[in-house]
Amino acid sequence: MLAVLVRRLLNVVPTIAAVVALVFLLFSVLPGSFISGMNEDGRTTIDPAVMERMRKEMGLDDPLAERFVKYLGRTAIGDLGTSFRTREPVTKLIADRLWPSLKLTFAAMLFAIAIGVPLGFVAALKQGSVLDTASMVGAISGLSLPKFWLGLMLMYLFALQLKWLPSFGYGDGGLRHLTLPAIALGVSPMALLARTTRAAVLDVLNADFVRTARSKGMGESRVVTWHVMRNALVLVVTTIGLQFGSLMGQAVVVEKLFSWPGVGSLLVDSVFQRDIPAVQGCILLIVFFFLAINTLIDLAYVLIDPRIRYG
Amino acid sequence: MKGGTSLWVGGGLVGLAVLVGVLAPWIHLTDPVLAANLMNAEIPPGREFPFGTDAQGRDIYSRIVHGARISLTVGVISQIANTLIGVTLGLTAGYWGGWWDDLVSGLTNLMLAIPSLIFALAIMAILGPGLTSLLIALGLTSWSYSCRIARAQALSLKSQGYVQAARILGYGDLRIMFTQLLPNMLGPLIVIATLGMGGAILAEATLSFLGLGIRPPYPSWGSMLSEARDQITTAPWLSVFPGLAIFFTVLGLNLLGDGLRDILDPQSVARRT
Amino acid sequence: MTTPLLEVRDLRIALDAGGRSHDAVGNVSFSIGRGETFGLVGESGCGKSITALSIMGLLRSPLSLAGGAIALDGREIQDLPAADMRRLRGKRIAMIFQEPMTALNPLSPVGRQIAEMFVLHERASWKEAWERAEDALRQVRVPSPERRVHDYPHQLSGGMRQRVMIAIALACGPDLLVADEPTTALDVTVQAEIVDLMAELCAAKGTAVLMISHDLGLVANMCERVAVMYAGRIVESQAADAIFAHPRHPYTQGLIGSLPLLSARSRHGRQKLREISGVVPSIVAYPPGCRFNPRCPAMTDICARDVPMAESLPDGGLVRCHHHG
Repeated sequence: MLAVLVRRLLNVVPTIAAVVALVFLLFSVLPGSFISGMNEDGRTTIDPAVMERMRKEMGLDDPLAERFVKYLGRTAIGDLGTSFRTREPVTKLIADRLWPSLKLTFAAMLFAIAIGVPLGFVAALKQGSVLDTASMVGAISGLSLPKFWLGLMLMYLFALQLKWLPSFGYGDGGLRHLTLPAIALGVSPMALLARTTRAAVLDVLNADFVRTARSKGMGESRVVTWHVMRNALVLVVTTIGLQFGSLMGQAVVVEKLFSWPGVGSLLVDSVFQRDIPAVQGCILLIVFFFLAINTLIDLAYVLIDPRIRYG
Repeated sequence: MKGGTSLWVGGGLVGLAVLVGVLAPWIHLTDPVLAANLMNAEIPPGREFPFGTDAQGRDIYSRIVHGARISLTVGVISQIANTLIGVTLGLTAGYWGGWWDDLVSGLTNLMLAIPSLIFALAIMAILGPGLTSLLIALGLTSWSYSCRIARAQALSLKSQGYVQAARILGYGDLRIMFTQLLPNMLGPLIVIATLGMGGAILAEATLSFLGLGIRPPYPSWGSMLSEARDQITTAPWLSVFPGLAIFFTVLGLNLLGDGLRDILDPQSVARRT
Repeated sequence: MTTPLLEVRDLRIALDAGGRSHDAVGNVSFSIGRGETFGLVGESGCGKSITALSIMGLLRSPLSLAGGAIALDGREIQDLPAADMRRLRGKRIAMIFQEPMTALNPLSPVGRQIAEMFVLHERASWKEAWERAEDALRQVRVPSPERRVHDYPHQLSGGMRQRVMIAIALACGPDLLVADEPTTALDVTVQAEIVDLMAELCAAKGTAVLMISHDLGLVANMCERVAVMYAGRIVESQAADAIFAHPRHPYTQGLIGSLPLLSARSRHGRQKLREISGVVPSIVAYPPGCRFNPRCPAMTDICARDVPMAESLPDGGLVRCHHHG
């Protein structure tokens, strides 16, 4: 277990370093239009005097290499800089948004797993049935839905027409406010999980050891619970990890639509306010979340698959 | 769903979208950008305006028909760019190996770690809104899938007899890659590009919805939804039709990709769905 | 005459491909007595493995049983309800598969996979079943079984895995063991050990064996009677020593001719191995008449026209050839 963790962390460190470098370079080498305003007509929205002061303060006139080393050093100790806009540390801005973001991401993933995995399972076991066809048509439709449009439609139906749920905002952060954004965010991973689970179960059902299990005189339900489920899970867990990891990034548009105070809406707002340190911080956090989830998934593998444990 | 059904339904939907996009200037009712007429504002769908009109009195149907052009342009061009980048990197990495392979693999892992929507969003933030920026942002950020496929195929193919034979015959590396390796991986690459096109169209809509992609008044489906959002209580049809257009186009591409996979790449189990 | 343990009569197995049904196996009849070892030989694709699966009731789409009868102790089992068939499977008829790596569940300790047999068929508690699994491993001579029960398949060698498969198959003392190419995937050095182990354990428990193999030498050594299958039909069946001494069917003659005979080689120095030219026809394209005719050295007009009937031989075997000598 520890060996896997260490190996995995050693793999992650260069990726994090590369992401930090990329995020720095993106916004430092090409920041011209970004700092001076981004309207196509060339109009700047920032007072030139303010801009000059900002450039000084941010050390934007120092040589690139010097700034890079400084940025790396600061980031390594968890200092993401000071927001251009609020003059607060970016870490604090993000920390305020982290809890709502995590809540939304986890709720969406929970929804996706709770529905997608059983659906894929049943579809595979009843391959070719009406239920199978219907759930796979549903799944591919779910993958084709734009999240923000789904959110908009949910909002219209359940909030504005039926008035069952609030249409936007964080409120007290409870389930009522969480439901619609979590569903809008969770539908596409749910659809993907249903498809992956179905494919995985079909794959396992064709395995030789399932034939062995049947040759032992085992009934289908026992074949499934004793031999199919766990093996299919190994294949599904990878998809869960990749989906879960990228969900915080995918949440951007849902958070924006529902005015959910998460990292995603902070990112979009910061982009419009040209708040570079905040943009960089949000991106780093989203990538870090992806890597953290996938490291955890690798550890989960160790628990599920003895070939890795002893391997 | 049977492969054949997906293929035909998907092909039909995609064909319809392409047809609408190509014929847009001939089948629209009014000019999608200029024909604003406040006298006609927010008319629900009816005989004169089949999908209704927006707050400026523009015909939604005509705007959607023109939106197909933007979506398809973004989808096709960004996927051509992604495929070219991915294939070039993957093919050379798999064939040559060594430090170049390590570098490309590292780069692929890096691309995988940054959600492509976030990467595209960052690029849009720097370059500013507009079609060109969109093509750059979406064309540069999701090549990791085709790169992986090309690399894996090159690795497994390069040790095979006919490739060895070509080498003995004195074919150059590039010639071997393009005449011997590339044709053998076209199937999976076409599947990936088809599915990727759906992803790019969704990404374009998302970025435009956030105000970072195509800006109003140009009729991108995403930016139409962005404007429609504020009028959802008074004019819900503004939100319905552009969304349906995105949905059916992407659904068509996904179904087509699934159907093509059954034919062109039968071994893969939902490699990317 | 006493009722044989297993009797297969006119077995027909259909393969559905491209909307048409093909006979993958047809007119297959044989019987196995209590405690007898019976060999079924043929090249891959001749239908011997699906014959085995049909006896287990494990044919799956696109294959299905299209006719004939399979009787265990005189009672036909081919139409038994699923639940009744399940009680026979593992308990009275057990099976060993070719590939011991993939035939075992990679995520389950081998002890658990053996113990399942006692839980399924003898209503044992898991605790008791685990203890008996350890005994079963000891019987198949896995060293230090008390530790090995907790091992996963990937921690065992190919030979050890096949021993585990044997332990599973023989756990409930079945009357018939169907062994489908049990040694093909193993190292040559391990093959003999596994065959000997199987033969010894089955003899001790009085278990009859249906041994399926492409290796005529192996089958002739182990079995009392042998049937040779070609393209979905039994072309010849005889006592094991008789088939070696007097092979009747040209295909059997070819098979024996292609065996490397160590004794003959040492006598004559180097001996050239003969091979049968051509390949086994595909199920969807069986030739008319005798299915062996495109590859047969003794082929005449009638072979391409008429299907040869099975003819009894004076000493109890049968052969299906127009020109058997």
